[in-house]
Amino acid sequence: MKRELPLLLTAVIGLFMIMSFFVPHHLVSVPADYLQQCAVIVVAFGYVLGGANALRVNLEGIARRQPDWMYKLVLVASLVLTVVIGILEGRHWQDTHTISMFLYNQVYSSMQGTMFALLAFYIASAAFRAFRIRTVEAGLLAAAALIVMLGRVPIGDWFTGWLPPALRASAVQDWIMNVPQNAAKRAVLMGAALGVMATGLRVILGIERSYLGGGD
Amino acid sequence: MRVALLLVTSLLFFLHAGAAARAEAPRSPAPPSGLDYADVPNDAGTAVKLTWRASPDDSAGRRLVSGYLLERGTSPVGPWSVVDSLSPGTTELVDGDVHRNTPYFYRITALGSGGPAPALANAGPAIARESWFNSTRTSVLTFMLAFFLLVLYYMSVAQSGRKPFVRRLAGIDAIEEAIGRATEMGRPVLYVPGIQDIDDIQTVAGLVILEHVARLTARYETPIRVPVSYPIPFTIAQEMVKSGYLNAGRPEAYDPDSVQFVSPEQFAFVAKLTGIMLRDRPAAHIFMGSFYGESLMLAETGFSTGAIQVAGTANVHQLPFFVVACDYTLIGEELYAASAYLSGEARLVGGLKGADVLKLLVILAILVGCALETAGVHGLTTWMQTQ
Repeated sequence: MKRELPLLLTAVIGLFMIMSFFVPHHLVSVPADYLQQCAVIVVAFGYVLGGANALRVNLEGIARRQPDWMYKLVLVASLVLTVVIGILEGRHWQDTHTISMFLYNQVYSSMQGTMFALLAFYIASAAFRAFRIRTVEAGLLAAAALIVMLGRVPIGDWFTGWLPPALRASAVQDWIMNVPQNAAKRAVLMGAALGVMATGLRVILGIERSYLGGGD
Repeated sequence: MRVALLLVTSLLFFLHAGAAARAEAPRSPAPPSGLDYADVPNDAGTAVKLTWRASPDDSAGRRLVSGYLLERGTSPVGPWSVVDSLSPGTTELVDGDVHRNTPYFYRITALGSGGPAPALANAGPAIARESWFNSTRTSVLTFMLAFFLLVLYYMSVAQSGRKPFVRRLAGIDAIEEAIGRATEMGRPVLYVPGIQDIDDIQTVAGLVILEHVARLTARYETPIRVPVSYPIPFTIAQEMVKSGYLNAGRPEAYDPDSVQFVSPEQFAFVAKLTGIMLRDRPAAHIFMGSFYGESLMLAETGFSTGAIQVAGTANVHQLPFFVVACDYTLIGEELYAASAYLSGEARLVGGLKGADVLKLLVILAILVGCALETAGVHGLTTWMQTQ
């Protein structure tokens, strides 16, 4: 029963949600919306489990004085502080001059922006490796990338201004992005969409059941 | 005499100015006409489409109409509530805020600097009816049923003993190699099932593969670390790893702390992962699931540590980053095929064959659609458009 009931629930609710995509009638759409709202409640309980895990793992690390225990201390202190301030400020936490908003705007957003800015450096180092021409395919990739990069800045057309309009850098980069790039991207997307359907079907029919744990 | 002449001239001037002012005073625009309504089909009875003919004064030269005011009431005499105010030139609107099976009356007024034009007539009763089937999605239903039937057919064929051939997936084969290398080096394996919640099917695929990876790490007696970004995948990941250790016959080796909840915030999650990579130095990094802007940050940091990296995602914008920075990459559908490939179970492998046959049908539909569109026949394209 421990395995049969979840499998039955998955199959019934899965098929019902598929049906709701085709049937707009309120007898189907209202329960479907309700089920999706229920999922939010389940997720809320999940956060309690997740928060407890984060606290337990990091407090253990601090107690054992693991090499990076200071970072764990900062994490636990930030977690507890944010939760306590959020509880104290209640539903007004999003007002303009609250401590929560101060933490969000002055601390959290700044740190997030800093992390995101690092991406530029990672792109540069990855591009350096990607454009090393070792094979014919790598050569084609590098040539296409060069044209696309040139075509997206004014200097590209300045260099190729003497060519007919259809052969200028901006026009060629448009063609590369709209035709071969788009074709390849859509092929991957279509294959992935079928994979999504296949995985969904396997889960709904109970063929894929490893998520229940404990083996067969 | 001169004074009398001045007075007459002044009088004439003021009279002329008054007449000019009266001639330039803006008048109300002519009202719009032909207000009509229609139930929007294929919906839950929540929308009515209104159309009307613009005011004769609503033209580029006249500029007498500054907008329209569409109002709604539940009786022909009001009271009226504003549905929307619209810019000049607008001749239709979908009122998407109505209750099903309720009669509504509408009226429309043209607005101008000379005041509003009187509404000519009310339109109604407009009743939004709900549908039992969204007929614009017939094509989706057809393809879905075809897909399900094909998958089920090939599953039964595979179960009867005719297991289809599955080509080698280098990325999946590399997972065992990566775990073996981590074992030799005495370092852990890092597994990341994406950064999305369980409602993203890539996360489901990533978690299914996790069970196989955990089974291998249990067999090789190599520790595994699984940081997870959302709470529901976190609980499932715990079950997956536990299941892997159980299926490998080493349940006692399962470490509950091997799966950690981190944060659903993208860059907080990145900070934790890069910290693990740089401090704990896992020898193998396996990224399987849905990734976004953080993909390159993770893969590049992993590359700098010298770890062997295997990635798989169906997010096409992130695939180039993984291809560049990882040793092996599963592209798109390979991620979903991985669990069938790893388990080798006949029914799962049969499902792959069904998906391949539907792929052929899709290619055929694209070719036929291109030919028909070139010939000016739009029936197939129209049938495939959905709402």
